[in-house]
Amino acid sequence: MSHASPRRIGWLILLLVFVSEITQTIAQEKLTAFVGGTIIPVAADPIENGVLLVEHGQIKAVGSRASTTIPAGTPTIDFTGRVIMPGLVDTHSHIGQVALADKSSPIHPDVRAFDSVNVRDASIQRARAGGITTVNIMPGSGTLIGGQTVYLKLRRGNTIDDLMIKTKSGRVAGGLKMANGTNPQGEPPFPGTRGKAAALVREKFVAAQDYRDKIARAKADPEKMPARDLSLETLVEVLNGDRVVHHHTHRHDDIMTVLRLQKEFGFRLVLQHVSEGYKVAQEIAAAKVACSVIVIDSPGGKLEARDMDWKTGGVLERAGVVVGFHTDDYVTDSRLFLRSAALGVRSGMSRPGALKAVTQAGAVMLDLQERVGTLEPGKDADFVVLSGDPFSVYTDVVETWIEGVKVFDRSDPADRLIATGGYGSGNPRTAHLCCFNEGGETR
Amino acid sequence: MKSSFLNYLAAGLLVGLVTSEAQAQLAIHGETIHTMTGGVLKDAVVLIKGGKIEAVGTKSSIQVPSNYQLVSAKVVVPGLIDAHTTVGVSGLLNQKHDQEQLDKTSPMQPELRAVDSYNSLDPLVDFVRSLGVTTMHTGHGPGALISGQTFVVKTSPSTLELSTLNAATTLACTFGPGALSSGKDKAPGTVSKAMAMLRAELLKASDYQEKIKKADLEKRPNRDLHLETLQRALEGKQPLMITVQRHQDILAVLRLAAEFKLKIILDGVADASLVLKEIKASGFPVILHPTMARPSEEMENLSFETAAKLQKEGILFAIQSGFESYVPKTRIILFEAAAAAANGLTFAEALASITINPAKILGLTERIGSIAPGKDADLALYDGDPFEYTTHCVGTVISGVLNSSQAR
Repeated sequence: MSHASPRRIGWLILLLVFVSEITQTIAQEKLTAFVGGTIIPVAADPIENGVLLVEHGQIKAVGSRASTTIPAGTPTIDFTGRVIMPGLVDTHSHIGQVALADKSSPIHPDVRAFDSVNVRDASIQRARAGGITTVNIMPGSGTLIGGQTVYLKLRRGNTIDDLMIKTKSGRVAGGLKMANGTNPQGEPPFPGTRGKAAALVREKFVAAQDYRDKIARAKADPEKMPARDLSLETLVEVLNGDRVVHHHTHRHDDIMTVLRLQKEFGFRLVLQHVSEGYKVAQEIAAAKVACSVIVIDSPGGKLEARDMDWKTGGVLERAGVVVGFHTDDYVTDSRLFLRSAALGVRSGMSRPGALKAVTQAGAVMLDLQERVGTLEPGKDADFVVLSGDPFSVYTDVVETWIEGVKVFDRSDPADRLIATGGYGSGNPRTAHLCCFNEGGETR
Repeated sequence: MKSSFLNYLAAGLLVGLVTSEAQAQLAIHGETIHTMTGGVLKDAVVLIKGGKIEAVGTKSSIQVPSNYQLVSAKVVVPGLIDAHTTVGVSGLLNQKHDQEQLDKTSPMQPELRAVDSYNSLDPLVDFVRSLGVTTMHTGHGPGALISGQTFVVKTSPSTLELSTLNAATTLACTFGPGALSSGKDKAPGTVSKAMAMLRAELLKASDYQEKIKKADLEKRPNRDLHLETLQRALEGKQPLMITVQRHQDILAVLRLAAEFKLKIILDGVADASLVLKEIKASGFPVILHPTMARPSEEMENLSFETAAKLQKEGILFAIQSGFESYVPKTRIILFEAAAAAANGLTFAEALASITINPAKILGLTERIGSIAPGKDADLALYDGDPFEYTTHCVGTVISGVLNSSQAR
């Protein structure tokens, strides 16, 4: 009998962890059938007693039990009584302790959110517990151009690279954070007025147009090429439509200013927060711009959020706008993301529209609609298993799966602690607060 | 102790509520009526006259007089009571001019009265009312060792004097990292120092308490608003509501209460589940933090399930909306109780945490918190399970006045 020295046990545990990691990886490769639950594909009507076939981390088939053939010998997981819907897409979040807006200057497109994401932060685990599988992590709103956002898949990764998504052109997927209204106002070099804010942004975009044109004229001649400029380079991606602008904006007049700038420079745009969107819904619809709406329990907290109203989602939906929701975590809790959509329903949004808003619409806003947002063959096997109606307060997120791998399981005590909170669920450090106390209490 | 406390409450009542605006005669019919003290009634009616509940019972047992205005709702519950908020004291706009919840010019200011800074017309008062809140225990927010005196007020849009139930309900204190002062010469700089300061101040007050009772007028000290308030706290007439989150700080507060034989209300208590036995043994009630409060700093280990644990332990508790410094400017107790109902509390227990329980903790069960004859006619009307996200509040009745019928 060998001695079970602590060291040996340690190795054994390591080995077991390693083996289980491999098993997990293999599990997503093999064809697996998820059966028995009500499937909400979002792209189609809900299916009672549905079948979801997953292989190589992708969806192979979705359908009813009667119409879907499950090859003999396929391992099945029974979700009878559960509801399965696409993994949630949060289009605006600050999880992972991403640094706030850098207040050294009002404009820095060169700042990249992914250089400061802590993938081990409790907030990332909480997002998984809320059923969020894809997230847009952004810098704060205390600057006019806060920097590059990053779109992540909340895979159980060890490093930020494990969570990143690559675009077709090979760069890290993400947009550009911009803001107007009162948050970016301040002492010089920050703008003191809304007019000045717009002028500063226009000036920078004009510089980016010049930079782009110089590069075009240089025709790759190194002698004629302008010096590389990280800020302008990013804005050229925006001008070329390769990088979507996510624009924080609340008041109706600020929304119109964003639409004016969008028209002038032709960038692709998602309006973020859009608190008074219901006042200019027709204008937003005419501009064909998508809106990611924030839902807050009560209006106010700052002047420009005075007229915030839960009806925004429904009003925009009826105007024909692509509507999504976001957590703005730390502002609302990622574990309660479905609640935002439910309050949208409470205030006039259609249920199918609200389901779309936290899945497919978000995917469209992040240019990821070919991979996520609906349950359809060929898409990533990102889904959430719920205990009941997605819009009921009594419903729990039971499991969260990304690319065929389970990343959250409420029956696992460690995951459950994150889902409900309790001693040991917090971070052993002071959390960074998004947007809080940036330049005083009036923000 | 209890009777003197109630006497004080009675003396503290500024005005009776029955005035010209509350004379409506109303009959509220509910498919379901949760009375809290008289069970759950199906297909029932509440008769209201002169601002008070006249009768409540099943439709078959109650004759609705023809001159009563009849209003129907699917679900009727007692008007919700927010056990601790700053609404009306900290306004919706969050600008300097409408934020009155905290004065940090000195760490201990028991003489401040929230009633002196309440704005009954702030839009947030209207907003919480539109979701069913009819009474608020509001006042100074956490952040100073002793921040001031809270009060209980109805959310009716009438003037303050008409709607105040108790102008000096508790003395709001904060203990723990949240009440420390910044700056190197500012005290308290540590939690232990904060405790030393509280003890010293209470000693001063007990000295004052003794001297002020001297028969010889010449030997009595001058009236001191600061010490007078603390004296009331020492005598149990105006309990201390101590906001405290961490387990070690909760125990320190219980130690302080034992030393000075204080009557206190524990507020916040994010780490309550670690010290349940001690809280239970103290006999003090709890006003629990909002269920969905942010898990950060001293509240980083809070849990959606704490309410259920307090319930199981048999501790009297209410759920509060608390104080918010940014957005949302206020939380809504209806939603906070709903989250607790989804995390271990039964429907009835969750509803009690925002109706009858806060009434008990605030010493106001004779007026509010349940639907029974003789009580204030304060009701909240819903078109379904009040806790469901997609249900609407379709109206509130405050002192017999139907206030809002816009569904929210």
